[in-house]
Amino acid sequence: MNITEMLSFGFMQRALVGGSLIAILCSVLGVFLVLRRLSLIGDGLSHVTFGSVALALLFRLHSFYMTLAIIPLVLASSLGILKLAERARIYGDAAIGIVSALGVATGVMLASMAGGFNIDLFSYLFGNILSISSSELAIAAVLFVIVISGVAIFYNDLFASTFDEELAKTSGIDTGRINAILVLLTALTVVLAMKVVGIMLISALLILPAVTALQLSKGFRTAIISSAFIGVCTVVVGISVSFVMNLPTGATIVLVNFVTFLCAFAARTLLRRR
Amino acid sequence: MNGAALAIRNLRAGYHGSEALRDVTFSVSRGDYLGICGPNGSGKSTLVKVILGLVTPQSGEISLLGTPRDSFKEWRRIGYLPQGLQFFNPHFPATVDEVIRLGRLSGKSFPRRFGREDTLAVERTMDWMGIGHIRGRMIGELSGGLRQRVLLARALVNEPELLVLDEPTTALDPETRESFYKLIYEMNRERGTTVLLVTHDTATIGKYATHLLYLDKKVIFCGDFDDFCNSSEMTGLFGEHGQHLVCHRH
Repeated sequence: MNITEMLSFGFMQRALVGGSLIAILCSVLGVFLVLRRLSLIGDGLSHVTFGSVALALLFRLHSFYMTLAIIPLVLASSLGILKLAERARIYGDAAIGIVSALGVATGVMLASMAGGFNIDLFSYLFGNILSISSSELAIAAVLFVIVISGVAIFYNDLFASTFDEELAKTSGIDTGRINAILVLLTALTVVLAMKVVGIMLISALLILPAVTALQLSKGFRTAIISSAFIGVCTVVVGISVSFVMNLPTGATIVLVNFVTFLCAFAARTLLRRR
Repeated sequence: MNGAALAIRNLRAGYHGSEALRDVTFSVSRGDYLGICGPNGSGKSTLVKVILGLVTPQSGEISLLGTPRDSFKEWRRIGYLPQGLQFFNPHFPATVDEVIRLGRLSGKSFPRRFGREDTLAVERTMDWMGIGHIRGRMIGELSGGLRQRVLLARALVNEPELLVLDEPTTALDPETRESFYKLIYEMNRERGTTVLLVTHDTATIGKYATHLLYLDKKVIFCGDFDDFCNSSEMTGLFGEHGQHLVCHRH
């Protein structure tokens, strides 16, 4: 099958457009999260998403309403992680662990109440971007605009807080508010990304393009742009390869990302030796 | 309190129930170079954090450049250089130019955007500090001395009226340390920048500072450096050889 033929399918067009939008969000936010050692927040929030999906499935919500219904739950959980770390005087990773475990436990409990794991729940666990509908693509586009505008508006504050939080505070930046904005934007992105790679693999989409870009980047802005470029390329290649070779899409995207990371790592090692 | 660069009255501060500072009262006139020293755990760094709004005091009044600290918003008028970055990541992908530019954020209101005047201020500071040739280098690739110089440039990029330095040369070799302090001294003399330097090194204070604050949870001495050298506090703290150890200006 050639590229023209592949692109002639409506579901492929939607998958490539939706996947690219979500890849840009994950890759851009990923740079901030990785550098702030918050990479696993994506993992924690995805587990909360699992619990929220199970709840939505219990009420037999249509997939279009599903995304809208779980957004507030995941947003609240993201703020919960921050508050827990702040108020309970525990480190961020422990707070992520607590919220993450709570999300999975709730999900399993609700799935059990609904009569066990079904095909719908599995499709959210492992993602199925090829089934993205026009209405879901529209939601993705709206959320893309919201998240990317948020990053653009707070770019310098996010950069300063990521570089050094104490120095950022002495520049008059409200780092507490910036941290909240970052996790809220991440929560929105996680909800979107669940469709592409599935709940189980969301953190890979947040981490891999960012760490790949960080291998070779010479500056913060170039790291952000490179990460977005790598994210889009790997998602497009992953979707195409999975379609042609009849492989699971989410897993293929993650493996393509990992291979890209290995190449960047090797290139960096070679450049350093020269 | 209004004419002073910094005025503190009856300050009490601490962490989780323990007391780090009590009844601290002193003021710093504009253009002064104040060295702050004291033993480990004497509250030097806490004092800096309280001044900069990083730690909330339990009680007391603080006035920064004539404004109560709680309502102080003009952070561009204050430069801060810590001992090192809080959690420095040597792989952080920021260039020297980008790091210095971050210092310009304190002068901006939402949404903080950089313009041509920021580029010019960054260029000017890099040229003045002789680091223009490394503008494109990554911050993590630099030696400790150069990195502190870049962070000093970040602190100076707004030409602050008050510069706060918290043990800025701890990790530097003696030669780099010396050139670093000369630069600060030059700035204090030529630009009239008020300097607050926290250090363990009393010899450095003796060499460059005009005033000294000796802290041990409370103020033991605050005043002119030469007065300190002739004071009973100095003999009490450093013994009969204190004159030679601390007060000998090289």
